[in-house]
Amino acid sequence: MKPARFAYQRAATTEHVLEALHRSGGEARVIAGGQSLVPMLNMRLARPALLVDIMHVAALSHVDDDGARLTIGAGVRQRDLEMRHDTAARQPLLAMALPWLGHVQTRSRGTVCGSIAHADPSAELPLVLTALRGEVHLRSRRRARRLPAEAFFTGMMVTARAEDELIEAVSVPAVRPGTGYAFREISRRHGDFAIAAFAAVADEKELRLAIGGVAETPKARVLPTDQGLDDALDTFAWNLEARDDLHASARYRRELVRRIGREVVLAAIRDREARALKEAT
Amino acid sequence: MSRQAPAVLDAGQRHPVRFTLNGRKAGGEAEPRMLLHDFLRHVLGATGTHVGCEHGICGACTVQIDGAPARACLTLAVQADGAEIRTVEGLALAPDRLSALQEAFRAHHGLQCGFCTPGILMSLDALLRERPDCGEAEIRETLSGHLCRCTGYTPIVKAALAAAEALRVPHHA
Amino acid sequence: MTLDVHAQTVGEGGWVGISIPRVEDAALLAGRGRFIDDLGMPPGTLHAAILRSPHAHATIESIRTDAARAMPGVAAILTGTELRALTTSLVVGVKAPVECWPMAIDRVRYVGEPVAVAVATDRYLAEDALGAIEVSYAPLPAVVAPLDALRDGAPLLHEGFPGNIASDRSFSYGDPDGAFASAPHRIGVDVDYPRNACTPIETYGVVAEYDPALDAYDVLANFQGPFSIHAVIARALRVPGNRLRLRTPPDSGGSFGVKQGIFPYIVLIAVAARLAGRPVKWIEDRMEHLAGAVSATNRVTRLQAAVAEDGRILALDWDQIEDCGAHLRAPEPATLYRMHGNMTGAYAIRNLHIRNRVVVTNKLPTGLNRGFGGPQIYFPLERLISRIAATLGLDPLAVVRRNLVPADAFPYRTATGALLDSGDYRAALDVALRDGDHESLLARRAAARVEGRLYGIGYAAVVEPSVSNMGYITTVLTAAERRRAGPKNGAQATATITLDPVGSVSVHVASVPQGQGHRTVLSQVVADVFGLRPSDIRVVTELDTAKDAWSIASGNYASRFAPAVAGAAQIAATRLRERLARIAAAQLNARADELVFSAGKVFSPGNPGNAIPFTRLAATGHWAPATLPEEVEQSLRETVFWTPPQLDAPNDADEVNSSLCHGFIFDFCGVEVDRDTGEIRLDRYVTMHDCGRILHPGMVAGQITGGFAHALGAALLEEQSYAPDGSLLTGTLADYLIPTAREVPEPVILHYETPSPFTPLGAKGVGEGNTMSTPVCIANAVADALGLADIRLPLLPSRLSEALHGAEPQPPHHEARPPQATQGERTLFGRGRASVDATPEQLWAMLLDPALLARVVPGADNVRRESDTRFRAEVTLGIGPVRGRYRAEIALSDLDPPRAVTLSGSVDGALGFGRGRGRLRLVPVGQARTELTYDYEAAVGGKIASIGGRLLDGAARVVIGQFFESLAVQASGRRPSLWRRLLRLFRRRA
Repeated sequence: MKPARFAYQRAATTEHVLEALHRSGGEARVIAGGQSLVPMLNMRLARPALLVDIMHVAALSHVDDDGARLTIGAGVRQRDLEMRHDTAARQPLLAMALPWLGHVQTRSRGTVCGSIAHADPSAELPLVLTALRGEVHLRSRRRARRLPAEAFFTGMMVTARAEDELIEAVSVPAVRPGTGYAFREISRRHGDFAIAAFAAVADEKELRLAIGGVAETPKARVLPTDQGLDDALDTFAWNLEARDDLHASARYRRELVRRIGREVVLAAIRDREARALKEAT
Repeated sequence: MSRQAPAVLDAGQRHPVRFTLNGRKAGGEAEPRMLLHDFLRHVLGATGTHVGCEHGICGACTVQIDGAPARACLTLAVQADGAEIRTVEGLALAPDRLSALQEAFRAHHGLQCGFCTPGILMSLDALLRERPDCGEAEIRETLSGHLCRCTGYTPIVKAALAAAEALRVPHHA
Repeated sequence: MTLDVHAQTVGEGGWVGISIPRVEDAALLAGRGRFIDDLGMPPGTLHAAILRSPHAHATIESIRTDAARAMPGVAAILTGTELRALTTSLVVGVKAPVECWPMAIDRVRYVGEPVAVAVATDRYLAEDALGAIEVSYAPLPAVVAPLDALRDGAPLLHEGFPGNIASDRSFSYGDPDGAFASAPHRIGVDVDYPRNACTPIETYGVVAEYDPALDAYDVLANFQGPFSIHAVIARALRVPGNRLRLRTPPDSGGSFGVKQGIFPYIVLIAVAARLAGRPVKWIEDRMEHLAGAVSATNRVTRLQAAVAEDGRILALDWDQIEDCGAHLRAPEPATLYRMHGNMTGAYAIRNLHIRNRVVVTNKLPTGLNRGFGGPQIYFPLERLISRIAATLGLDPLAVVRRNLVPADAFPYRTATGALLDSGDYRAALDVALRDGDHESLLARRAAARVEGRLYGIGYAAVVEPSVSNMGYITTVLTAAERRRAGPKNGAQATATITLDPVGSVSVHVASVPQGQGHRTVLSQVVADVFGLRPSDIRVVTELDTAKDAWSIASGNYASRFAPAVAGAAQIAATRLRERLARIAAAQLNARADELVFSAGKVFSPGNPGNAIPFTRLAATGHWAPATLPEEVEQSLRETVFWTPPQLDAPNDADEVNSSLCHGFIFDFCGVEVDRDTGEIRLDRYVTMHDCGRILHPGMVAGQITGGFAHALGAALLEEQSYAPDGSLLTGTLADYLIPTAREVPEPVILHYETPSPFTPLGAKGVGEGNTMSTPVCIANAVADALGLADIRLPLLPSRLSEALHGAEPQPPHHEARPPQATQGERTLFGRGRASVDATPEQLWAMLLDPALLARVVPGADNVRRESDTRFRAEVTLGIGPVRGRYRAEIALSDLDPPRAVTLSGSVDGALGFGRGRGRLRLVPVGQARTELTYDYEAAVGGKIASIGGRLLDGAARVVIGQFFESLAVQASGRRPSLWRRLLRLFRRRA
């Protein structure tokens, strides 16, 4: 299990990265933490001609918080975000999900944007990004654009990123008063990819549930809070077109959507109430 | 900030890689595709770090990169250029004096074949440094990034708890 | 407790029985282990990589190696042709005209079977060369499940195994027919025991050299024994045993039986070294290990019991179908016969019938794994006990008690011939219930059930055999065949004690440890004999067949170390001490048999002041041999070969004492099942062991917790899975799930000691028992929690969904039920439609145009027309970062112009292969539009199936869907932007 040959370039600026992606004609790949990419290199599933290392680009290594949004640069490691003193206060759903990503030994290297770029449908960060209506900030030499999560994830490990585009950052709305959050994941072992993962956001306007691990991309739905919830979850469960695999049947996944989906939604509502109480006092 | 694009390290060539290994300067040459564990073991001769899966799951190859536990098998040697690397060879206080963590493993039979042990030690060493008051749940959480087929983990957890205790009360060790 | 080995003080009864720190640990903890890949290699050593079959069953039509041979750094390419020329087939364990090669010769029979070996200056280059080897396969239908292998018309793996049956033997002991005829109840279980493997964290490693001048091979391998395999390897390499020097490294990173299975690779790498003319090293990687090392057998069992009203079992009827995978490799079918003496477990059952069939299937060949045959026996037997209790309305413990072998019956001869050496099973059970606080578990269950929670209790009582009789495997032969072959029996253990010129003591044994701490225990045993400290004894356990004492039974298997090897060392040390005592007696004017060896001195108890230092006495044989008493020939070295007399060859009635020692285990546990998720929480696990005398409590505890973790994996997580087409689905550790520290709780360990009268130290094996008792104990508890009669391992929450959640309601009427695979997991189904601005006739013309096909086949270039309806192409397909190049064939059939056509296609490449058929229908809509509909089925497999089946299925759907969509786009001549977008996603640009 050794990678095929590739060249390597350690970029110092975003421009270097964009230039390399532009010149390579789709043969270059960005390497950040490498925790998703290197296994594929070792198995020779991925055979890029050039790896562009972005971890020494200072401009990409920040978390920006403008009060309304958290913008997480491409060089920010998962563990760094997890250990930041204010992550839980600024975006609770992120803080809830981060400990579920792989293991501390992979979070220490893996980046937030790297997980988004990899777009595994069972991964936690694409789910969180979808649940929060986050955005992916793409930049190439030609243009800069932002895509909502649901437009970015187009299939299993397939995204709307063009080959010359760099995911410069992802951004999510910061916590808003009157909003509750909940996260839960069902997997064979802790740290495994999810059989089904759930992220719910409840505010005064709507109740939104996103589910990962079932369809080919994370999917979100706005659900009713009244007695129509169970029917809506059932419809959601069928719409996800779950499939059987080694670890779980499609039927089991639908059952989790109905049962755990309901629990997570209720947990988000409870969280909203608890936060409201705290804000009031 | 340099406007000159950094050099591309050619695919088929070997390039110098230098970093600090257990507090000393170390260096050698590697193709860009060479994995860090191969560089440590076969270029630098530091064979204490073992290889178990090469896809980031078993944890046998865990080393510390800039203080944090990480999979050597998911790291390219060229990525580690300039980094601070620590491996199992750097844990003992002296050739004949094991660290408190190593001693605890010995006292509690925290190893059998010893193949996965170096990686486990590197994770626990980082944990005990970062969180000296950690309890069994945190220890098991950290250990869940490692596979051990011999011990059933129970003696490893006991060893880690004992080491945490010994480090909190140094004279007790 | 002090940790300094040098400061140890001896306990009352000597060193044995004390948990001293292990001598192995200081080096291992400091990164100074000496595992095979840590050792220096001869200058010029080359590195091997192995190309493996992506198909479960296929004929090899051709292998092209020219391009690979021409690559930089490549020294040799080995294929079946060269292998056949230089070696002989491995021996097969049954009498049948069947060959068994370490690498496919002209046909592959499982995914992962070696097809070629590339040898290059480093491993990276060797793997590069694999990519340049072109193998052309003609796929054959595969058979995966053992019952399918037996069906009429099943694909046949080996001509010499008609009906895929390698062996079919029936046995009868006592009067089973009479017992079944007269018993009031007949109660049975049907079990499909899954495949799993012990997957040591260190993989296989071999370094081989060939000396053409001597026609001799020198091999270093982390092989674990039994060394009967040495004869198998030498025969395959066509050299006498003395031309195969087999050495083991000082440290080995776990085995649990698995490293026995390295031997075909020893042959392969030895031949590669011969071909390359230089030493060749191969370190197996994890994906190779999961696909191509060795697994335990899966087994289909129907077990029936004749049962009295009170739960007493009057007779058993076993029908076992053992699945050994694609080849019957030595020592298989040993998994099936290892337990032959123990088919009644811990119970006194005098009548039984056994039918044993061995089948071959298109899966990885099987071999030694911890528990070896035990889990496959005890799962049905202990599920049966549970079913008897449920059926007759009895307490399971009452059924266990009623049937246990009584304490006064030891040594007890089982109906099938085992001699149970010692034990008091009922007493051990009672102590376990008392000290394990069984009462509180009953209370927890009652309380949980009141609250509506799903809580269950399970039990298992098993006999754990250890020290295998080398003759048990011959039970697969008939008595007449055995007579012709000559007797095979015994379990020779060897140990050598050496005294050097300064009187220090060295021990060598042929035990080949893989982490069990043999060196520590031997230092304790020998220190006790000589009155020394363990730190005074140097123990060497690596083996060199050219220099060391060994026998075919040498090695680290069947839990033989403590009962047999440690005992042999004690005998050797005692013999040497007797000689030293004679030398000392002359010097001390005392009787030899009264001398005391203690604290490094030798003295007469009546005159301790007049003592000889042990070292001086021990050195005498070197410095002053002429002073030795006449009856002492030498006092330098003693080698002992010890074999227990109880291990006879099977007799004409097919009774066999398959193992020397029999420990007893009684386990019980409480589990809770989550009603919503089916997740199983192990609330409490109690395991009682009688393993005879305990030599090192810490290591015994380690063997139990380690075995328990393996068993927990087998119960809850681990299964080596194959799709119905033979694709391996668990090719990485992301899919073959090994328990971690979060999944394995600490078991409560209890002991009840009855020393074995048959072993020198009274010890029995202890390392395998929980792999036999724990899986079924947990299954019994889950069955109790859910009220299930049938339960299959591993206990996936998903599999419990039906029992927990009942039948699933139909989807809401407006939601279409997605198409589901019915022919097996690897078959994909799909359908789609598109509306095209063209007439059916225009579309039809385009379908037959290769230039158009080149544009609609995703990533295709170089489309060649073979005939009007057949095309070949090279295609590059990619999903996300996963990209590969494939050879593609496309054919049109069932042409119904211009209404319908069937398109069939196949792709084949390094990452896998796929085959599909789709029916395309064209329906005119108005003047110039066509409604294009398609449905397809596709099967995909190969390397990527074993890495990421879900990714593969998704990829296939995308590619197929895209094909038809592109067709529509091309035909309509519009929407070029969409077309370009798709193309950009999938075409690799030059």
